[in-house]
Amino acid sequence: MSMLFLHLSNNSMLGLMKETGHSILQQVTPTIPEGKIGCTIIPGDGIGPEMMQCMQEVVEATGAPVDFETFFLSDIQYRLSAKIDDVVASVKKNAVCIKGILSSPVSGEGGSLNYQFRQKLDLFANVVHIISIPGVPTRHKELDFIIIREQTEGEFSSMEHETVPGVVECYKIVTEEKSRRIAKFAFDYATGRGRKKVTAVHKANIMKLGDGLFLNCCKEMASLYPKIKFENMIIDNCTMQLASNPHQFDVMVMGNLYGSIVDNVSSGLVGGAGIVAGASYSANTVVFEPGARHTYSEAVGKEIANPTAHIVCAAKMLHHVNLKVHARKLFRAIDKVIGDGKKVVSTARTIYRNGGLSRLLFGDGGGLCGGPPARSILIKFHCWFAIHGAQAVFPTGLPRLCSVVCPH
Amino acid sequence: MASGVFNFLMKSCRPSNVRYASSRTVTLIPGDGIGPEISAAVQKIFASAQVPIEWESVDVTPVRGPDGKFGIPQSAIDSVNTHKIGLKGPLMTPIGKGHRSLNLALRKEFNLYANVRPCRSIEGYETLYKDVDVVTIRENTEGEYSGIEHEIVPGVVQSIKLITEPASQRVADYAFEYAKLNGRKKVTAVHKANIMRMSDGLFLRCCREAAKKHPEIKFEEKYLDTVCLTMVQEPSKYDVLVMPNLYGDILSDLCAGLIGGLGLTPSGNIGLGGAIFESVHGTAPDIAGKDLANPTALLLSAVMMLRHMDLGQHALKIEQACLATIRDGKVLTGDLGGKAKCSEFTNAIIKRIESS
Repeated sequence: MSMLFLHLSNNSMLGLMKETGHSILQQVTPTIPEGKIGCTIIPGDGIGPEMMQCMQEVVEATGAPVDFETFFLSDIQYRLSAKIDDVVASVKKNAVCIKGILSSPVSGEGGSLNYQFRQKLDLFANVVHIISIPGVPTRHKELDFIIIREQTEGEFSSMEHETVPGVVECYKIVTEEKSRRIAKFAFDYATGRGRKKVTAVHKANIMKLGDGLFLNCCKEMASLYPKIKFENMIIDNCTMQLASNPHQFDVMVMGNLYGSIVDNVSSGLVGGAGIVAGASYSANTVVFEPGARHTYSEAVGKEIANPTAHIVCAAKMLHHVNLKVHARKLFRAIDKVIGDGKKVVSTARTIYRNGGLSRLLFGDGGGLCGGPPARSILIKFHCWFAIHGAQAVFPTGLPRLCSVVCPH
Repeated sequence: MASGVFNFLMKSCRPSNVRYASSRTVTLIPGDGIGPEISAAVQKIFASAQVPIEWESVDVTPVRGPDGKFGIPQSAIDSVNTHKIGLKGPLMTPIGKGHRSLNLALRKEFNLYANVRPCRSIEGYETLYKDVDVVTIRENTEGEYSGIEHEIVPGVVQSIKLITEPASQRVADYAFEYAKLNGRKKVTAVHKANIMRMSDGLFLRCCREAAKKHPEIKFEEKYLDTVCLTMVQEPSKYDVLVMPNLYGDILSDLCAGLIGGLGLTPSGNIGLGGAIFESVHGTAPDIAGKDLANPTALLLSAVMMLRHMDLGQHALKIEQACLATIRDGKVLTGDLGGKAKCSEFTNAIIKRIESS
């Protein structure tokens, strides 16, 4: 480990940030040490806290000048929970946040913390990049598409009432303003990333007014972007197509509930909730969180959960705040570790046995889908940095995630 | 009071309690496009298996009723009402105003409250998934598809999802009864009660109550997200799924996608006024009349119908012949990668039935 830190203290990027960054940052973020980037962390419920630990250790290993501000927010353990307004203020101040998954209890009244968090920050667009990572065993190969989900209205509006006993009405709200906003976001996103096609997913054949409005907004927006092909698809057909022919998709845009469904189906296609990262955007802030939202609470403390999604979130965060050198390191590490699973683990085993840490758990590293122990993955990352971190040039071979997500 | 009457009606019409007279007639709605060909194929196969039923073919092409609206002809309605059971090919919904979807009209007319879709991997037709064997049971009368929508102010639309206790109860009860009758082990209620606490909460409560009445069937509750995620990874984790309308619509198509599309998935609609079994694929006008269509989905739906009518032996015979023909791979229709015509495929099945 000492070798690792030696390397980090010499990191030129860190030095650069110290020299040039302080004058601006000091004014905006007085609590963050000078030259550092502030990032709010919400560990979430279930495996969230463990995953955040993994993620933080790995980010520290890259030497990125980031200061984390952790707020424990929880609907279930509400006495331990920070105040939502404090968390929101922190996210507003830092403009970036990495968030675990909050579990929403089945009982209770009013909007969940998740809902309030999104409303207060106006995190209207959720973006999940579905990408096959070489080394993860899946049925479908080489998938690469983007799911954009409106998440401030629709079915999750929490407006329900019992009109007479035994009859419940639940409102789904669709507004022109928000439909147009998400449609514009989708087309801008597609343009910015050189994508060719946007598919609007809906159920306008049944919900003629609500989903019809959404679809019309998308159609109108499409006419302003003649270079991007526009298609629309009904949600039930869409899930069927995802299962049988997912390669046809490029960028997809949809409402809240459909987004949740498509996010989950697609995450399943590339290996599960443990490896897919997502991000929620407002006009000013970005909250990075796993793409498929599961607390996986049955795995707490067992060291079997997969922290890749959280680490990819961190890498995306670093990329977003322009710490591209560190982001790239992290992406390459992920590619290397997952792509070379077995080899890296065996090296790790040797090193850690020699270092007297053999009591730590190791998975056999066969495949990430089956879920080798989290600790083993963490160690894998550490080892990767320990072994290769000091070298300027990384071995090439499988940097697909790296080149697609973080091309510069 | 109202729910009491409801329960009484439900119990008296509960499919498993209905016993049919010895000479049974089934209403056949051949449908449009490829419908007539595949219906004829099914009739031929049934005749060769000596299934003790008679067919009454009806036409459901909309006619203008006394109220001036287009709708299903009264004779078709009467036929289903008399026989309580029907088999239906694909129907084309005319595009344009003034036509209600015929499927919707049938659903309303006969109170078809539960849509049942068994999805099983078919040997001989390879997809990426080999271990699929799930049944989706979908509430079919309310939920998101209640059709209640309005524009509150310009640019703001409100759609209402309606969940009621009687409707949730009867579909939950049916799911457990189906599981019991078909030798299934587990029922999973799919919901999103952490977000829609009252509406999905009510549905979930009804499922829990139904589960208590059927302790021999295992019961579990899963979030829609979780089911979507694991369905494409490990579909063998699920057995019978019961859920509200929209989730059922989406998941049943997702499951069909796992086994290769709608051309092979049977479907049944269970209702208070009878049961209608149907193939859910389209009318395929491009190949209609050319003897190229694949009758498997309609045939398997007819097999489901036989099981529903307590004709399990005949059902098994036909099902095995059909699946064996596909597994064999010698005589297959174009959609399965073969070159055979519909009639050749049908004859291959008949040959197997006759030799068994």
